[in-house]
Amino acid sequence: MNNPFPLSRDGLLTAYRRMRTIREFEERLHVEFAKGDIAGFVHLYAGEEAAGVGIMMHLEDHDRIASTHRGHGHCIAKGVDVRAMMAEIYGKATGSCAGKGGSMHIADLSKGMMGANGILGAGAPLICGAGLAAQKLGHDGVGITFFGDGASNQGTVLESMNLAAIWNLPVIFVVENNGYAESTSVDYAVATDSYVDRAAGFGMPGITVDGTDFFAVYEAAGEVIRRAREGGGPSLLECKMIRFYGHFEGDAQTYRAPGEIEENRAHRDCLKIFTAKILEAGVVETGELARIESEVVDLIDDALESAKAAPLPSAAELTTDVYVSY
Amino acid sequence: MARTLSMMAAINEALDQEMSRDPTVVVLGEDIVGGTGSPGEDDAWGGAMGVTKGLIHKHPGQLIDTPLSESAYIGAAIGAATCGLRPVAELMFIDFMGVCLDQIFNQAAKFRYMFGGKAETPVVIRATCGAGFRAAAQHSQMLTPIMTHIPGLKVVCPSNAYDTKGLLIQSIRDNDPVIFLEHKNLYDRETDVPEESYAIPFGEANIAREGRDVTIVTYGMMVPYSLEASETLKSEGIDVEVIDLRTLSPIDLDTVFESVEMTGRLVCVDEANPRCSIASDVAAAVAQDAFGSLKGPVAMVTAPHAPVPFSSALEDLYIPSPERIAEAVRRTMGERPS
Ligand SMILES: Cc1ncc(C[n+]2csc(CCOP(=O)(O)OP(=O)(O)O)c2C)c(N)n1
Ligand SMILES: [Mg+2]
Repeated sequence: MNNPFPLSRDGLLTAYRRMRTIREFEERLHVEFAKGDIAGFVHLYAGEEAAGVGIMMHLEDHDRIASTHRGHGHCIAKGVDVRAMMAEIYGKATGSCAGKGGSMHIADLSKGMMGANGILGAGAPLICGAGLAAQKLGHDGVGITFFGDGASNQGTVLESMNLAAIWNLPVIFVVENNGYAESTSVDYAVATDSYVDRAAGFGMPGITVDGTDFFAVYEAAGEVIRRAREGGGPSLLECKMIRFYGHFEGDAQTYRAPGEIEENRAHRDCLKIFTAKILEAGVVETGELARIESEVVDLIDDALESAKAAPLPSAAELTTDVYVSY
Repeated sequence: MARTLSMMAAINEALDQEMSRDPTVVVLGEDIVGGTGSPGEDDAWGGAMGVTKGLIHKHPGQLIDTPLSESAYIGAAIGAATCGLRPVAELMFIDFMGVCLDQIFNQAAKFRYMFGGKAETPVVIRATCGAGFRAAAQHSQMLTPIMTHIPGLKVVCPSNAYDTKGLLIQSIRDNDPVIFLEHKNLYDRETDVPEESYAIPFGEANIAREGRDVTIVTYGMMVPYSLEASETLKSEGIDVEVIDLRTLSPIDLDTVFESVEMTGRLVCVDEANPRCSIASDVAAAVAQDAFGSLKGPVAMVTAPHAPVPFSSALEDLYIPSPERIAEAVRRTMGERPS
């Protein structure tokens, strides 16, 4: 069988499984949130899967990522345990952060996942630290920081781009441009039309890709990550993508054009685009994808059930993990 | 007939009336209008919580949506305040002050003194504060002590809709930088609020409940909790006075001293972490200037020395509860907790 893709058959199936897992995780959370069972702020990554997975397919555990408030997809793509994530979102003792962090703060340092983040732009300096550590410790790890079109306007991001450039750090700045920061358009809030120009201003290469096209992301990410690993310094990668749900769960989204969401779901669904491509090329069969899908559904079912059944943190946990308590 | 408004509606009305009165009042912040540049409706959000909703239609040109660049737009509000505008800048959550703190504490707070009294900086920085929203460690903090520590800033943290309207109007008219902190869990609570414009002066505490046995000194969300505790204690024969500080800088210590001179017992209640808090500060002031009136040790009820946890099971323990407040009051009465 002739495979026209840059990934092996197994690689394609792994990518599909990860994207499908993110989609299922987020769609189920959307439903559960509406029932009122989940507290706090939940920002869903559905629609944006190809970007996170296309990039993360190039990474190992010793590569670090610094994520955003919209972090579930990054976590899953980086290999964080889905059951522990779900339990965290339910505030349970078995969660990734023992129930202390919640949706916006899921982290798993053993997987190189340095945390979702409640503060826009906060991951950019942290990932420079990851790059500096890799450089000084002499390993080939890279650091990837994600930020949205909105967060791209934080001073910390701009300072970090300059720092990474002058220190030649193995760091990638990924702009997840979904066109909106909450309700505000990127056209209003970002002065330049092109993030590639912004990268140029910091003396680093920049690439813009269609973030709904897994293969476009995969190839561009491969190039910038290889360069960073080989000592070629930082780059910026802009992924243009679509947010399927509201800014957070509960957002009425009246700032969107009528029909915009339906149109995007019908024609710009990164998962549909990916499956159409690999099926059309005849590299994988429908049955294989269906089997993965049903395994994913089982996994999320199980994650949800076990999260709901898990115990809450005990009262004593309130003052653990601080060096002193009063 | 008295009209009731929620705290949110009271903020909206104060901004509305001040923008009408004074065209130099401008309101700026992230999504405070909402939908700017987007294909759908304008005024789509009216702020993350909907506080400024509808204002853009009444005051076009006086509301400005900003990019997600707190350092730049909070700083710009401060700069504009020294150049003839009266900006009210919204910081969505006080937790984000980390991003723009230099502009607040090294710039706005310093100008008047550092420039030998020649500068005025009539800026208001509004922000939500406080826990109870399951919003976790970076969206729930009570950072009042940090703000109160800094000379040159005025710090307001109201407990009800009536005070909110009057104090916000005062904040906008004031010629110094004001940090105006709105507890998210008070947003929906309603009180009587007059339609006409009125200002409440800074540095005047409100005696929210009169009592003879024990003085509770507090502010913000802890005011309703302290009042609830007082009702419980009433049935036990303990008569509690609750002082709502309303403004933390300037702070009205005279009202505190007078009350303690009468009751001889003090409980300081603060949603902030305990070290260097408003509670510890009031306790120290009483120890220093009203020690002779005390019949026993001062009690403090605060959050623990820990970040705000996400899980409801932990967050409910984190926030000082009416039960814990009542227990502390009983302690000062020399009674064992029941
Ligand atoms: C410093 C800071 N400012 C504001 C916020 C509130 N906030 C959270 S997400 C968000 C919008 C982010 O937009 P974007 O960066 O485009 O990411 P997206 O939500 O589109 O993925 C805002 C304003 C925050 N969390 N941190
Ligand atoms: Mg965005």
